[in-house]
Amino acid sequence: MQISRRFPHCILGLLLACSTAVASAAEVNLYSARIEALIKPLLDTFTEQTGIEVNLVTGDADGLIQRLKSEGRNSPADILLTTDVGRLYRAKEANLTQSVESTTLEKNIPVMYRDDSNHWFGLSLRARPILYVKDKVDPAELSNYEDLSDPKWKGKICIRSSNNVYNQSMVASLIAANGLEATEEWAKGLVANFAMPPRGGDRDQIKAAAAGQCDLAIANTYYLAGMLTSDDEEQRAAAEKMAVFWPNQDGRGAHVNISGAAVTASAPNRDNAIALLEFLSTDAAQSWYARENGEYPIRDDIEIGPVLSSWGTFKADPVELYKLGAGNGEALRLMDRAGWR
Amino acid sequence: MPDSPRQQQTLISTGAVLLALLLALPVIVVVSYVFVPTGEIWSHLAATVLPDYIINSLLLMLGVAIGTLLIGVSTGWLTSMCQFPGRGLFEWALLLPMAMPAYIIAYTYTGMLDFSGPVQTTLRELTGWGFGDYYFPDLRSIEGAAIMLTLVLYPYVYLLSRAAFLNQSICVLDASRTLGNGPWSTFLFVALPLARPAIIAGLSLALMETLADFGTVQYFGVSTFTTGIFRTWFGMGSAAAAAQLAAGLMGFVMILILVERYSRRRARYHHTSRRHQDIHRYSLRGMRAVAASGFCFGIVALGFLLPATQLLSWTVSVADQVLDARFMGLVTNSLELASYAAVLALLLALLLAYSQRLFPGKVLQGAVRLAGMGYAVPGPVIAVGVMIPFSFIDNSIDSWARSNFDISTGLMLSGTVVAVVFAYLTRFLGVSLQTVDSGLSKITPSMDEAGRSFGYGPLQILRQVHVPMLKGSLLTALLLVFVDVLKELPATLILRPFNFNTLAVRAYELASDERLAEAAPAALAIVAAGILPVILISWTITRTRRVAVTRDTP
Repeated sequence: MQISRRFPHCILGLLLACSTAVASAAEVNLYSARIEALIKPLLDTFTEQTGIEVNLVTGDADGLIQRLKSEGRNSPADILLTTDVGRLYRAKEANLTQSVESTTLEKNIPVMYRDDSNHWFGLSLRARPILYVKDKVDPAELSNYEDLSDPKWKGKICIRSSNNVYNQSMVASLIAANGLEATEEWAKGLVANFAMPPRGGDRDQIKAAAAGQCDLAIANTYYLAGMLTSDDEEQRAAAEKMAVFWPNQDGRGAHVNISGAAVTASAPNRDNAIALLEFLSTDAAQSWYARENGEYPIRDDIEIGPVLSSWGTFKADPVELYKLGAGNGEALRLMDRAGWR
Repeated sequence: MPDSPRQQQTLISTGAVLLALLLALPVIVVVSYVFVPTGEIWSHLAATVLPDYIINSLLLMLGVAIGTLLIGVSTGWLTSMCQFPGRGLFEWALLLPMAMPAYIIAYTYTGMLDFSGPVQTTLRELTGWGFGDYYFPDLRSIEGAAIMLTLVLYPYVYLLSRAAFLNQSICVLDASRTLGNGPWSTFLFVALPLARPAIIAGLSLALMETLADFGTVQYFGVSTFTTGIFRTWFGMGSAAAAAQLAAGLMGFVMILILVERYSRRRARYHHTSRRHQDIHRYSLRGMRAVAASGFCFGIVALGFLLPATQLLSWTVSVADQVLDARFMGLVTNSLELASYAAVLALLLALLLAYSQRLFPGKVLQGAVRLAGMGYAVPGPVIAVGVMIPFSFIDNSIDSWARSNFDISTGLMLSGTVVAVVFAYLTRFLGVSLQTVDSGLSKITPSMDEAGRSFGYGPLQILRQVHVPMLKGSLLTALLLVFVDVLKELPATLILRPFNFNTLAVRAYELASDERLAEAAPAALAIVAAGILPVILISWTITRTRRVAVTRDTP
């Protein structure tokens, strides 16, 4: 009987201990779809500079969003960080995020890369241009994404599966520009030009092109950057056979997705969360993304290092990013119908 | 306290049903989505990709079934009933691939065999061929996926069939010999049918794991039911339709299990003799011995040596960057989680299996079967099934505390190791249940009766009769779950607490970012941590062999 009488006190004591710990420590809790290796160094710098501890859980964006949803108002998470705009849009639609007033963020991040009601903010750009094999393709033959469905590319294009969100967002951008019907026709043409059934990741497309399996690869540039700076000689050799072509430069511009973050609706450490977002938008952090991750900064006045500089500047598609997020599902169905596995 | 045995029985079986239902909670949550309307998504799926999902999943299962049966049963028979050079070594080495996560072996082989990989590049350099000049089988295909999965899953069939062969009655096999049957016909007409329940148990574990596999098929671009679940959930944002697909998957597995049980009908396989006797192995000579050794070596090389060597060479190339104190933290986390989950899963499996044995009933049987279904459910789906009820409980307690005491209790279960371990239990209880069940089935009811005639109570029967006979199965159950948890990824990823990583998480994160070399140390550590248990399993089985089997068909 003694145990049972004492038991509630133990629980209460534990709870109090927990809640005081939460209140006293300067910390911020991050749900990150960016993998640990690609975010931890920046977070460590943030902690050094501010004394605010960052607690991290990484995972698939959809898993993290589901977790936020189920945890509800008691969720410990302050920030949701994702690697594409679709998931930020989805989190906002599900009322999991809140609006943030910050002059620093508004100053550092161009309007086109943040939510119109300041629910989410872009933190880096992920461009998806056309990569071509230097000694096989004359860049003069290339023009825009739309042209990739031309039969002249039959059996010459490598691109990964439609399961991938980068392809879903790219197709969503085409739907936004050209409409559903035209894009479906385009997708069918593109599928007919595939060199092989889609499989593997972006790096695999680049490797396949370098090895002679196809002439063009559609891939995000940071994969190419990662290969160029790899310790693996084979990867470097493959990457060096490829060049970047920025499509649609006469028109709307190349397709760009963002990685970005939002403060959660229930954030217990709201101020620290905003401080972390502001830190991630600073020149130093932006430049780090460019140099270490090979992603483009959200502003063009940031030092981007030799690899990215070598590909020159480009015009990015100014489509309102939420449209890509909203269009993901539609894009996927379209790709299903077009037989894009 | 209830004093009549009848009341006691009701109490225990009710408790067991409740426990089984608790463990089946995530599965029930997923199934309950069947009733959520999802609009036109289903008609879209049916018109476009659903046929592909079904056909590919079936083909993959067929491939893995054929592969694991051929390899598992043949190596099981060879190492238990034949004598050939290296037999003692292969006995445990054949289990090593079990420590290899399927997606890791897929990444590794792709790295080696792809068009841009070292094998084909060397081939082109030697011959001067270019793209399209020669035929090279494409690993990243449904056949490739079946081969990869076979290589890491055949040990389930091997393990259980070998245990069955070792446990078979020497008398039965001797009888077969005296009736003039050679080794082949003894194998085909006596040993194989007798080992059938064990082989089927191993096969169903392998097939359930195949259906739940995501990493391999996703990487190979094979659209299966599981990749379909993710596409529907992530791409179309429809959790309900995804859960319905998952429920369909479970329904399919349920039907398979029922069909198998029905085909066995009321046949039971029990040991009636406890005579110990050395197995008389067929001694293989000449070419046969070479063939047997070569075959076993080939399997071990493909399933373990080659990929492990590749991982090792990658690890060496990045060792200085990754092997630090934090890496040791990952090792500790993985080992601790795997140990907790393995012990708990064993205890729960024992509890449920015994309740079923002592108080058989349709309700309990159904509840236990439901609890064992988690093995066929893809990890992320299980994770969501855990997340939803746990946060519901947390938030309900919190609301209650807020309204009554004006304090917030926050989340007490969600985002803790408790949730992670609970997910493991749901996912892997099926493994320990199967193993414990097959161990229990060796103990005949007449042994219980003998115990009772000595005046033993249920607990005494347990200690004096069952424990010594079950030891092998218990250890096997423990170690199987341990190795499975080491490899488990999706549930850990979604449910884990802040700043908490495991080897599997680290390996997956880097591999999914296409940094195979950097992923290698963690992958290799998973394999290394799995080797010891795997060797222990093999040792236990060899030690705990029993003899004498008859088939009593009522």
